[in-house]
Amino acid sequence: MKPVAIRDLCISFGAVQVLHDVTFDVASGESFGLVGESGSGKSTVLRCMSMLQAQWTGDVIIGSQSVREMPLNARVRTVQMVFQDPYGSLHPRHSVATVLSEPLRIHGLDRQRARMEQALIDVGLPVDFLERFPHQLSGGQRQRVAIARALILEPEVLLLDEPTSALDVSVQAEILNLLARLRSEKGFTYLMVSHDLSVVDHMCDRFAVMQAGRIVEVLDRAAIPSNAATQPYARDLIAASLAYERAV
Amino acid sequence: MTAATQPRRMPQSLIALRNILAFLMRSPTSAFGLVVLAILILTAIFAPLLATHDPYVQDLQNTLQRPGNGHLFGTDELGRDIYSRLVYGSRITLTIIFLVTIVVGPIGLLVGTVSGYFGGWWDTVLMRITDIFLSFPSLILSLAFVAALGPSLNNAIIAISLTAWPPIARLARAETLTFRAADYISAARLQGASATRIIWKSIMPMCLPSVMIRLTLNMATVILTAAGLGFLGLGAQPPLPEWGAMIATGRRYMIDHWWLVTFPGLAILAVSLAFNLLGDGLRDALDPKQMNKR
Repeated sequence: MKPVAIRDLCISFGAVQVLHDVTFDVASGESFGLVGESGSGKSTVLRCMSMLQAQWTGDVIIGSQSVREMPLNARVRTVQMVFQDPYGSLHPRHSVATVLSEPLRIHGLDRQRARMEQALIDVGLPVDFLERFPHQLSGGQRQRVAIARALILEPEVLLLDEPTSALDVSVQAEILNLLARLRSEKGFTYLMVSHDLSVVDHMCDRFAVMQAGRIVEVLDRAAIPSNAATQPYARDLIAASLAYERAV
Repeated sequence: MTAATQPRRMPQSLIALRNILAFLMRSPTSAFGLVVLAILILTAIFAPLLATHDPYVQDLQNTLQRPGNGHLFGTDELGRDIYSRLVYGSRITLTIIFLVTIVVGPIGLLVGTVSGYFGGWWDTVLMRITDIFLSFPSLILSLAFVAALGPSLNNAIIAISLTAWPPIARLARAETLTFRAADYISAARLQGASATRIIWKSIMPMCLPSVMIRLTLNMATVILTAAGLGFLGLGAQPPLPEWGAMIATGRRYMIDHWWLVTFPGLAILAVSLAFNLLGDGLRDALDPKQMNKR
C-alpha cells in the first residue's frame, strides 16, 4: 500500500491543453474516484500516472518516489491499470495463459504456473480458463482476466479506467464486488475513473469532480446523498445523477 | 472428429492449420488453388518419376514434333520433350517462390512494423525508402537489377525480392498503425515489455494474416515477373527448363508450332491463378474466430 500524490499535472496535445494543474492526494489504501463528463480528462490523468503518456509536466509521487524517476520494472510493479473495454484490452490471439505469463516472463518471476493459477482464482475464474482465447470468454470473464493480468505483478496502486462501463448491469455489480473484495483482501490503493456516481458511491471513499481538465472539487462519499458539494458544477452533476436515479 | 483418437490436447498451431485447411477445402475456388498448389509441389518432388524423358537431352531427328507419338506435349526446336521440361520447370518455379517469400515476408514485416510502431523519424526514413522502391514499376526495377548483377536465376530471385518487399512493408505499417493505440498494446507497455518484445509478440501476430494473404497474392506476380525475366533472357539461362524462358524460345516457332508456347503458358496461368484463388480463400480463413475453433 502506498499513497499517491499528484501535483500540478498539466498536459497538452498540440495546441490544446487537456489537463490544467491537476492536484490531489490519495491516502494509502484508499479508494479514490474521479468523476466528470466525457472529455473532462479523467482517463488522461490515469494515462499520465501510468506513463502511457509521458509528455506531461508536474509530478506524480507514489510512495515517496516520482513515477518519472522510478525504473521501468519497479514502476510497472507498483502501478497497474485495468482498461475500460475488455474487448480491446486483451490481445485477440493470446490465450489467457499467454496474457498472464508474459508479465511473469518479462520480470523473470518464479513459480509461474502457480502464480497464474492463483491470479485466476483471485478473480473467481476456473483454472482451466488458462487455455482459452478472448473470443471464447464473455465480457465479464474478459474483464476478470484483465484484472488478473493487473494483479499478477502484485502492484500497490491499481488504476481503474471505467472498469465496468462496457459491461452489462448485472455483470457490472459482479466486477465491482470483485474489486471491492480484492481491495479488502490485498489492500490496494484504488484510483477509479467513472462517469457513474452510483459506482463511485459504491466503491470510493472520496472522489474528485473534474470539468474541462480541472479538478472542481474533492468530496467525501457522504456528500452524495445530501448533495453537499459547494461548487456549482459539482452540485449540478450530483443533482443530475440523483434525479436520474430517482427516475430509474 | 480426428481429434478423438489423439490425446486430448493438440498443439494450438496444429489445430489452427487443420482448421484453415478444412475451411479452404469448403470453398470450390480456394480448394482449386490448394489442389493446383499440391500438384505443383508433388510434381517438383517427384519430377524424376513423372518425367518421361531427360529434359536436357536433345534429339535433333525429332524436333518440333506435335503432341502425341511418345511426347505428351510434343517436342521443342531441339527435340527436347516439353512435358518433361515442364515437370522439371516446376522445381525452378517453386524455388523462386520459396526464396522470394522467405526473403520478402520477414523484410516487409520488419520494416513495416518497426516504422508503424515507432513512428516519427524511423517512420519517415523507412517509408521514404519504401516509396523510392514503390515508385518504379517492379519489372523495370528487376530488369535494372538483373542488368547490373548479370543474368542468372539467382540474380533474378534477388531482383524480384528487392522489388517485392515494399507493398508488404506498407501493408504491415498500415496494420500496425491500427493496433498501435489499442489497449492491449498499452497493457503490454504497462507490464514493462520492451519495444522489441511488443513488436515481436503483440504486433507481428496481428499483422501476419494479412501479410500472408498479401504474400500469397504476390506469388502470382512473382511467377509472372520471373517468367517475364526469363522471357527477356535475363532470368534462368538456357538450357534450364524455366517456363518463361521456354515461351521465349518457343516464340519464334509459335505460328506453326503452337504447343511450344501453349503448355508453358498454361502452366504459368494455372499456378498464378491458383495462388490468387488461394490468397482470396486465406483472407476468409485467417479470421481469428476461425483459427482457434475446435
